[in-house]
Amino acid sequence: MQQAQTLYEKLWSSHVVREDADGTALIYIDRHLVHEVTSPQAFEGLKLAGRKPWRVGSIVATADHNTPTDHWEEGIKDPISRQQVETLDANIREVGSLAYFPFKDERQGIVHVIGPENGATLPGMTVVCGDSHTSTHGAFACLAHGIGTSEVEHVLATQCLVQKKSKTLLIKVEGELAPGVTAKDVVLAIIGRIGTAGGTGYAMEFGGSAIRGLSMEGRMTICNMAIEAGARAGLIAVDDNTIDYLKGRPYAPSGEEWDRAVAYWRTLTSDDGAVYDKIVEMDAAAIRPQVTWGTSPEMVSDINGAVPDPAAEKDPVKREGMTRALAYMGLEAGTPIKRIAVDRVFIGSCTNSRIEDLRAAAEVAKGRQKSDSVKQVLVVPGSGLVKRQAEAEGLDKVFVAAGFEWREPGCSMCLAMNADRLEPGERCASTSNRNFEGRQGAGGRTHLVSPALAAAAAIAGHFADVAELN
Amino acid sequence: MRAFTTLDGLVAPLDRANVDTDAIIPKQFLKSIQRSGFGPNLFDEWRYLDRGEPGMDNSQRQLNPDFVLNQSRYADAQILLTRDNFGCGSSREHAPWALDDYGFRALIGPSFADIFFNNCFKNGVLPIRLPAEVVDRLFAACAATEGYRLKVDLAAQQVVEPDGTAHGFEVDAFRKECLLNGWDEIGLTLRHADEIRAFEAHRKAEHPYYFR
Repeated sequence: MQQAQTLYEKLWSSHVVREDADGTALIYIDRHLVHEVTSPQAFEGLKLAGRKPWRVGSIVATADHNTPTDHWEEGIKDPISRQQVETLDANIREVGSLAYFPFKDERQGIVHVIGPENGATLPGMTVVCGDSHTSTHGAFACLAHGIGTSEVEHVLATQCLVQKKSKTLLIKVEGELAPGVTAKDVVLAIIGRIGTAGGTGYAMEFGGSAIRGLSMEGRMTICNMAIEAGARAGLIAVDDNTIDYLKGRPYAPSGEEWDRAVAYWRTLTSDDGAVYDKIVEMDAAAIRPQVTWGTSPEMVSDINGAVPDPAAEKDPVKREGMTRALAYMGLEAGTPIKRIAVDRVFIGSCTNSRIEDLRAAAEVAKGRQKSDSVKQVLVVPGSGLVKRQAEAEGLDKVFVAAGFEWREPGCSMCLAMNADRLEPGERCASTSNRNFEGRQGAGGRTHLVSPALAAAAAIAGHFADVAELN
Repeated sequence: MRAFTTLDGLVAPLDRANVDTDAIIPKQFLKSIQRSGFGPNLFDEWRYLDRGEPGMDNSQRQLNPDFVLNQSRYADAQILLTRDNFGCGSSREHAPWALDDYGFRALIGPSFADIFFNNCFKNGVLPIRLPAEVVDRLFAACAATEGYRLKVDLAAQQVVEPDGTAHGFEVDAFRKECLLNGWDEIGLTLRHADEIRAFEAHRKAEHPYYFR
């Protein structure tokens, strides 16, 4: 009888082209997602070496990091941002692709949103992109991870990557989530538990009844932040939700091929009795809405908590890190999270810009008004298709009526490569994935939260439980 | 790629954990379509007192005197001493490009983030993992001794202190060979082009829906 395998082992072994005695393997890549920031040097390198791309049919490309989220009729004003986007246009024009969604295309959007929504991300694939949040796609039981620009060039030239097998880690979240607790809270709680290096060297599978109970949008939020726990790849097994989500998507198979694909995809789960290198168990019912207070995603508290005191930390390196984080964040130990006031709110990013996220934010915003003390609330849909769907549901009107700004799709203030950014000292409730120093703008202070909590902070002017809003 | 064999270099300490790639090279500099020129903006937000933008004359900017790399004793350092989880966050290869462009050829720390660690090897920069207590010792020695240098020997997989104390380190055999010889990894992989083609044909027959 064949030995029980984890999902990761199944995906790995089905992509090994060759393997040396020391375990160094060539892994075949099915899907190559490309965006404007990490690809220009790779295309240039390919050209300089006189090499041709191996399989352009694997490429799905879009411009997302540099694109503005308003006044599209004016184009991209920043000349160097424009040059980078035009360089992608030119490279894809020259090389070719399965699909390209350029700036202003109706299906343009954040690369990790458009892959799944177009059915270009499919179970059983290997998916890479010059972007660390490629882990998102693991929600579809594909082996997906971020790579650097040299590896982008390597995949363009060879359709392969040189890799060694990762260790396996199972995060098992059992039980039922309390009302108002979302996928974002679950993944922040996981990172709080295992730390930002807890997953280093591992492929991180998420399982248990609470994960199975999540929609595909929620599962993407979870896998998206596997990298914030140090794991290059996040994984979730195939089930009915996966299959139902993909059916009828433009690049998903259809007819007889669909049936054949589904039969295979159903096998993409970890076998009973499969052995992991490490297992972490979490109680879903114990998880509360989460808010980060520091400059690393592991610096997180539940909404009812308070900013911790570095003096209570025994590890000197950690203590120093906490002290520095509080100074940067302008916070004092012991401050209740709910007393922290925000200047801006950002609802968007590859973590939380899908239709379900916007619905959750709109539900909180409906019939309410942004606090006068909040300067700006940006709502940035993940793609043109998400935007269209949200408008069909009238969510845009809910946001605008509440005093929020309804924008065009893109990465926006998650990393502030375009004009959307924090000013020094400004504090932001953000549905993105990184609260690093300067991430949303030099000197900006980021608190990571779910879409519902971000909307609640916009209304209250400070962090608040949705249930406590009047 | 430039080869890495041995190095006898001045050491600079960056005594904080979880240094992310946004801190190593902030996003505004990622708009460049070049591979070089990132050195002057390495650790930009910590290194300068004003806000850095692409195209600025960095020599005219005001340095932050409190930032460790701005101390004259660490000028021309080639080895950076780091703490846990260095290089976490974004996959931007601009981070090793900036470190390399600044002059760092080797990094020594207790742990590195996966993607960053991998990216270093593609650029002739050697990240070296040593036990936390050894790294503690090196931080202390570096602080105590001006002009503190370390020797790195990749072939022997050793870091050697000035008094001759040697610390062995692990490095993947394939990466070591590539780095020692400065090999082009794409060229190496393409030697297996027939195997890749055969694998691809087989996969296409079995799973045609991945090849639309």
